[in-house]
Amino acid sequence: MIARTKLLALLFAAALAAPAVAQEGPPAQTPPKLTWSFAGPFGIYDTGQLQRGFKIYREVCSNCHSMTMVSFRNLADPGGLGYSPEQAKALADSYKLAVADHLPSPQEAVISAFPIKPPDMSVLAKARSYKRGFPDFIFDFFTQYQEHGVDYIAALLKGYENPPPGVTPPPGTFYNKYFPSHNLAMPQPLFAGAVTYDDGAPQTLEQYSQDVAAFLMWAAEPHLVQRKRIGFQVMIYLIILAGLLYATKKSVWRTAEAH
Amino acid sequence: MSRARSKYNMTGVYRPRSPFLRWLERRLPIGQLIYSEFVAYPTPRNLNYWWTFGAILSLMLGIQLATGIVLAMHYTPNVDLAFKSIEIIMRDVNYGWLLRYLHANGASMFFLAAYIHMFRSLYYGSYKEPYELVWILGVITYLLMVVTGFMGYVLVWGQMSFWAAKVITNLFSAIPVVGDSVVTWLWGGFAVGNPTLNRFYSLHYLLPFVIAGVVVLHIWALHVVGQNNPAGIEPKSEKDTIAFTPYATIKDSFVLGLFLILFAWLVFYVPNYLVHSDNYIQANPAETPSEIVPEWYYLPFYAILRAIPNKLLGVMALGASILILAFLPWLDTSPVRSARYRPLYRQFFWLFVIVCIGLGYLGSNPPEGWYVIFARLFTVYYFAYFLIILPVLGLVEKTKPLPNSISESILQGKTAGAKA
Repeated sequence: MIARTKLLALLFAAALAAPAVAQEGPPAQTPPKLTWSFAGPFGIYDTGQLQRGFKIYREVCSNCHSMTMVSFRNLADPGGLGYSPEQAKALADSYKLAVADHLPSPQEAVISAFPIKPPDMSVLAKARSYKRGFPDFIFDFFTQYQEHGVDYIAALLKGYENPPPGVTPPPGTFYNKYFPSHNLAMPQPLFAGAVTYDDGAPQTLEQYSQDVAAFLMWAAEPHLVQRKRIGFQVMIYLIILAGLLYATKKSVWRTAEAH
Repeated sequence: MSRARSKYNMTGVYRPRSPFLRWLERRLPIGQLIYSEFVAYPTPRNLNYWWTFGAILSLMLGIQLATGIVLAMHYTPNVDLAFKSIEIIMRDVNYGWLLRYLHANGASMFFLAAYIHMFRSLYYGSYKEPYELVWILGVITYLLMVVTGFMGYVLVWGQMSFWAAKVITNLFSAIPVVGDSVVTWLWGGFAVGNPTLNRFYSLHYLLPFVIAGVVVLHIWALHVVGQNNPAGIEPKSEKDTIAFTPYATIKDSFVLGLFLILFAWLVFYVPNYLVHSDNYIQANPAETPSEIVPEWYYLPFYAILRAIPNKLLGVMALGASILILAFLPWLDTSPVRSARYRPLYRQFFWLFVIVCIGLGYLGSNPPEGWYVIFARLFTVYYFAYFLIILPVLGLVEKTKPLPNSISESILQGKTAGAKA
């Protein structure tokens, strides 16, 4: 009986139930679509942007968020951050770790301070999204829009604001206009000027959030550049093949129509 | 003797060319089997492009088997390691990302081809006498695909995987008296856990080979009775048919090329288009996702399930919506196969297609407000199509006159095309 009640709750309520901490207030805003170097059929990662994003991850995010699937050696992988194997090794050495080791995880004491464990960031850019709805989701197939996750993350990082009058976020949460329930357990992590860039890029919240989101996309999809490059070759091959098959089909069927 | 006939040797007897093949043929006539079933085999001359999806489905099964077997070499069916092992495939296995995206999106393409193949059969009446068994074997294949696809989705062990497993296995608890025991038996425990994942892995590896076996029977039965065709009439003379190779083979290959372009677009450019982002979060039994949505190819059935407010009746409707297909040869009372000559049926058919797509859309939305009302209306139409419309229509519909032969129907089509 308990199982049945549970199931009913799942089937008929789960789909419409908002997250447990939901409160009255305006619905979450739709993240703006930003321009990404890795979007579209010929997209590649912007090396400088990934390096800046990695710097933000190291100096800010990694205090609470692990990234257990990424190793130091990955920093020298082609199509990624553009570091040399020596640079990757030097960085690993600075943590007293081997180049094959994963990036170090935050201290357990830091994590346990939060009511919810800060999520691992390895595939975060693919694990976050926002609702596109009809008919946008159909166009997305043709425009190859796959940047839901990074658009959402970049928006979230600059989406902190004072709650509207009459709304009080529960203790330990912070109002964010892009978060589905608005009440985010993570306090605003990035502020203008908090991370020093050495390549002259503007040290604004806008720039920070986009750079770190791009870095998270790389972490989640490290073979994206290779995938799109091979994809173009496969497309060319298949289009020529289909054309030749069509011509052959025409020619063969002419013999069928002869009698 | 026409040029084509002499060129492609349509006599139906396989003549091995080398001494080795002659030696083999005397002991195991596999050459003759391939020759008579896939070379000289007569196919109706008027088959259109919708008839190419059988070949496409065979190739998709092959792709799923090939990629799946290699993925299984790297996958670990354990609740603590499954999600991680897939990420290792995506990152560290050579071209693992390609294998995994091919397999995940291959399932979608497999279902897409199956749905086109099934709707084509509905439109041209390819389930009527003498195709009953061909059709039923197809329905069994589809049912096995549904089960296999679901189990494969669970293996990812993301949030959607876990909660889909929980919701779907829980459906069996609706069975009176023994329901809860059945669910415990399915799980191999008192919750969806490691035993569940392990048996799903085992069955996900086994069932594709069962599918392959049923597909062989499906093609065998088809080749015994001969293919249906857009005119829905039997070939009467040699003029009505044409050799499978090269004619059907090259036609199938061309459409396969187009199909692969669509497949490659998905795999290389939008590999996560059909994936719910929550499935990139590792399964967590303690946290219910904000929405539980199945893969797109199950959405119409999910809508039917949720359209009915009573759980047991909803589960029965879900099962009936697939099983009813097996009775289709006897529910459709019209002796005319092709919708070309059934003006009324054609309209109900297209309405049925719209209803199925509509149910899919409703299945992806929460069951509230207008969504529920439309889901109920569409569910009623889905069942009425099989249980009321098809039986009655065959008795009252005034069908158009059938052409005398397939070659005559081709000529009719040509003159109609010339006039237009």
